[in-house]
Amino acid sequence: MSLKIRNVCKRFENEQKNTLHDINLEIKKGEFVCIVGASGCGKSTLLNLVAGLEKPTSGDIILNGKNIENPGPDRTVMFQEHGLYPWLSVMDNVTFGMKLSGVPKTEREEKAMHYLDMVHLADYKDYPIHQISGGMRQRTALARALTMESEVLLMDEPFSALDKQTSNRLREELQKIWLKTKRTILFITHSVEEAVYLADRVVVLSPQHGGVSNIIPINMERPRHVYDKEFVELRHRILEDVRGEAI
Amino acid sequence: MGVVIFLIILIGAWQGFYWLGVETLGIYKSYAFPSPIGVFERFMELSEDGSLWEALGNSLIRGFTGFVIAVIIGFLLGIVIHQFKFAQKSVKPIILGVQTLPSVCWVPFSILWFGLSAEAILFVVVMGSAFSISISVDNAIQNVPPIYKKAASTMGAGKKQLYWHVIFPAALPELIAGLKQGWSFAWRALMAGEVMTTSIGLGQTLIMGRDLADINQVTLVMLVIVAVGIIIDKLGFSMIEKKILKKRGLLT
Ligand SMILES: Nc1ncnc2c1ncn2[C@@H]1O[C@H](COP(=O)(O)OP(=O)(O)O)[C@@H](O)[C@H]1O
Ligand SMILES: [Mg+2]
Repeated sequence: MSLKIRNVCKRFENEQKNTLHDINLEIKKGEFVCIVGASGCGKSTLLNLVAGLEKPTSGDIILNGKNIENPGPDRTVMFQEHGLYPWLSVMDNVTFGMKLSGVPKTEREEKAMHYLDMVHLADYKDYPIHQISGGMRQRTALARALTMESEVLLMDEPFSALDKQTSNRLREELQKIWLKTKRTILFITHSVEEAVYLADRVVVLSPQHGGVSNIIPINMERPRHVYDKEFVELRHRILEDVRGEAI
Repeated sequence: MGVVIFLIILIGAWQGFYWLGVETLGIYKSYAFPSPIGVFERFMELSEDGSLWEALGNSLIRGFTGFVIAVIIGFLLGIVIHQFKFAQKSVKPIILGVQTLPSVCWVPFSILWFGLSAEAILFVVVMGSAFSISISVDNAIQNVPPIYKKAASTMGAGKKQLYWHVIFPAALPELIAGLKQGWSFAWRALMAGEVMTTSIGLGQTLIMGRDLADINQVTLVMLVIVAVGIIIDKLGFSMIEKKILKKRGLLT
């Protein structure tokens, strides 16, 4: 697996300047990369480009040697609003992607159970979406994304709409799952703390020039603790990067 | 319960008004003012000789047939105007315009093309409801939250799968509402068609009542038309609608 973002610019119609400008980034197999930046700096836009939901104005995004043109199951996205289907049960939501690609029913339900176990939702498999909490919905969405076994998993602020406690709990679990499955993850967040907690590398996007203003490797052991001296220092440093850019 | 009492009082008042206005004071002529008792007598007669049921059956079959054809045309047209930008700009405004035509306007064409036949009535029914259905289908698809489609496309959904597994299920409550409105248009159009031709049906029974100066028969048919409308709306569409909304937690 290799994902290369090369000289990517994105300008929306009727905009004066590039929302994203000359982005270069390479993501290795099994890597957990977080992108942070002030609100509106183009984080979601970058993720949508990788997902194939938008097209770059110039530059290339290359996955395994092939240019990305369209959305595809090799780049599943988990969104901030869960995007689950209210007419389906938890189980049917989780198996949805596999059903599209023609995986037989018993096989896809087996696999779904495996991932539902992983997110601690096995007991809720027959529940309708409107009867489970916001945190459980994001767990369901995570299980659904995991079943796709994509080359790279794209996550756009998946825990941002949740209360602090639930969101902290979910990021802990995401980390455990990542340690277990070693997926390649491109994770977007506005929370520097979340980024330092999760990432191998933190990429800071600049709202001024729309480019990458810094890339900070995080070499701390996992699980990390937000009160560790090293954690606090890193968080401060990156926060300054983000703030300095935002002024 | 309160509604039942209200209805009884209403009918009682109507009968009282008839006794006073027609039979006692003679302000109104009996051929121009119906009475509840007269309507009921007419109901008994026409249902005993079976002609009411035959007319009702014919109308229902015709109405459903026309409705089904209108649904098929409406869906296809709705998807086309949703899917193709050019159709959205060119065909949709025309449909929106044509849709404002009262269905009775199609009667001259239908008679010229199909004669005084059952097909002529079907034509009026289809023209009266297909366009409204196509507009509803287009709107229902338009209102599907984009996140549903985005999520599916990043899970590998193609165009056809997107329609079957995401767009139609997501739009279902609105589609049902569109069909409900389409049915009410179809039912009205059916009456417009039936009063113009001689095929047996509720519309023709109504016109026969007029020709025989039998105001009670006219009233009876009007009441039957209303009853069918309400029953199909409440026991058919509204119940399905409620069930779907409940299942999705949109209704408690
Ligand atoms: N489809 C679009 N058309 C025009 N402008 C857009 C579109 N999507 C995003 N933008 C603009 O691009 C900028 C970056 O948006 P976004 O990527 O959502 O930021 P972030 O996710 O970092 O908060 C914003 O100023 C937003 O208004
Ligand atoms: Mg965003």
